[in-house]
Amino acid sequence: MSPAGAPGRLDVRIREKSFRSAAGGRLHVLGDLSFTIGSGEVAALVGPSGCGKTTLLRIIVGLDRDFEGSVELSAHGRLGIVFQEPRLLPWRSVEENVRLAAPGADDAALEALFGTLGLMEHRRHYPGELSLGLARRVALARAFAVDPELLVLDEPFVSLDAALAARLRTELAELVTRRPMTTLLVTHDVAEAIGLADRVFVLSASPARVLANVPIPNPRSPQSADQIAAINADIARRITAARMSA
Amino acid sequence: MNAVARLASIALLLAVWFAGAHLAGARLLPGPQAVGLAIIQEARSGALAFNLGVTLLRVAAAFAIAMALGTVLGLAMGRLPLADRLGDPWLVVLLNLPALVIIVLAYVWAGLTETAAIAAVALNKLPIATVTVREGARALDRSLDEMATVFRLSRWVRLRHVVLPQLAPYLAAATRAGLSLVWKIVLIVELLGRPNGVGFEIGVAFQLFDVTRILAYALAFVAVMLAIETFLVQPFERHVSRWRPRTA
Repeated sequence: MSPAGAPGRLDVRIREKSFRSAAGGRLHVLGDLSFTIGSGEVAALVGPSGCGKTTLLRIIVGLDRDFEGSVELSAHGRLGIVFQEPRLLPWRSVEENVRLAAPGADDAALEALFGTLGLMEHRRHYPGELSLGLARRVALARAFAVDPELLVLDEPFVSLDAALAARLRTELAELVTRRPMTTLLVTHDVAEAIGLADRVFVLSASPARVLANVPIPNPRSPQSADQIAAINADIARRITAARMSA
Repeated sequence: MNAVARLASIALLLAVWFAGAHLAGARLLPGPQAVGLAIIQEARSGALAFNLGVTLLRVAAAFAIAMALGTVLGLAMGRLPLADRLGDPWLVVLLNLPALVIIVLAYVWAGLTETAAIAAVALNKLPIATVTVREGARALDRSLDEMATVFRLSRWVRLRHVVLPQLAPYLAAATRAGLSLVWKIVLIVELLGRPNGVGFEIGVAFQLFDVTRILAYALAFVAVMLAIETFLVQPFERHVSRWRPRTA
């Protein structure tokens, strides 16, 4: 296993990303879009649905290389990802799924990870025997187990019931607090972004660009309704300012 | 219940055989007891085991070659459009070339050799294995592929844990269909150009009009293939599908 180095720093500079539409024209998905996530920082990307968040993620993790611009990740570029769907191997047990992605992870670290995520008694189960909530946890465990320099989460709590989503958010917050990890969380839920991130990037409608870059005071700590309202107001103000100057 | 139905079906088959033997006479259709005695006789002399073994080796060799090549070609054609475009005409030709033509040409070009025999059988099975695996390769789950890419799984891990489990049902289908096809063609190859094996023995018996011996060898070999299906193929299938939630 490569040494568990410092978390990486992510620099995204996209000039343009477009798809060829079926009719032959070009479909602009991403405009001039740049942002930086500092080492060990948790950043959330929020934006209206269909604004190109998933396309942006696919570019960042290297699944889509057809774009103009650059994506740079310092260090080795080891990635951990949680897709919208768990994407587990149905023919391998929970533990095998995690170990195959992270062949170098040591037993104690995995043990701790399974413990935190409540997966202890499910290690030998197959994904088909798990609820969606549990499968999501396995996907989280797999992403953390590789000890990534960049952790990417694509709406990881979508379509879970509110209580379960809240519990998983707490577990995620606990994991990134215990071991700082450069993280990019994509969500359409502003409250989720405020609750988890150090910094929130607000994207415009397609073609997406960054409308606002909002640092969150006292990240991942309980916030009063007033504080949350203040952050929301800050976000709204920055969006208006960005629209005025554009 | 299942076992009872199976036994009843086999009993019916034996009864029909008895009745047929009685009607047609022992020369055209010897009864089960005569065939059973012939099997025992051939087994005692050692000829049965030798011929079964030789044929089985040819089946195994031809099957292994066809499956290995078919899997590689099928995967390539299912995943790379260029490979598919290049290989497809060849597949169509091979699929439509009669088995007999391939066998005769193999013997003419390479002589009456073991290599020619096994190559001819493998070549007959190859296009079907390729087409089946190609279907499987086309149906591979892109989302798992992307997962493997992002997590940078090694080539070997990808093949062993991501690709092959998805191909397993297709490989099982190709194995099933392949085994029965291969052993039928091996018999023809032996009849036409080998000095031993079940096909050769049946050829000799045909010239002597010895129906008892034809049936003895045919039944013995069917029994061997049934045993392989029951004790090797089916347990393997159960093993690779153990992760599927049981239905009812």
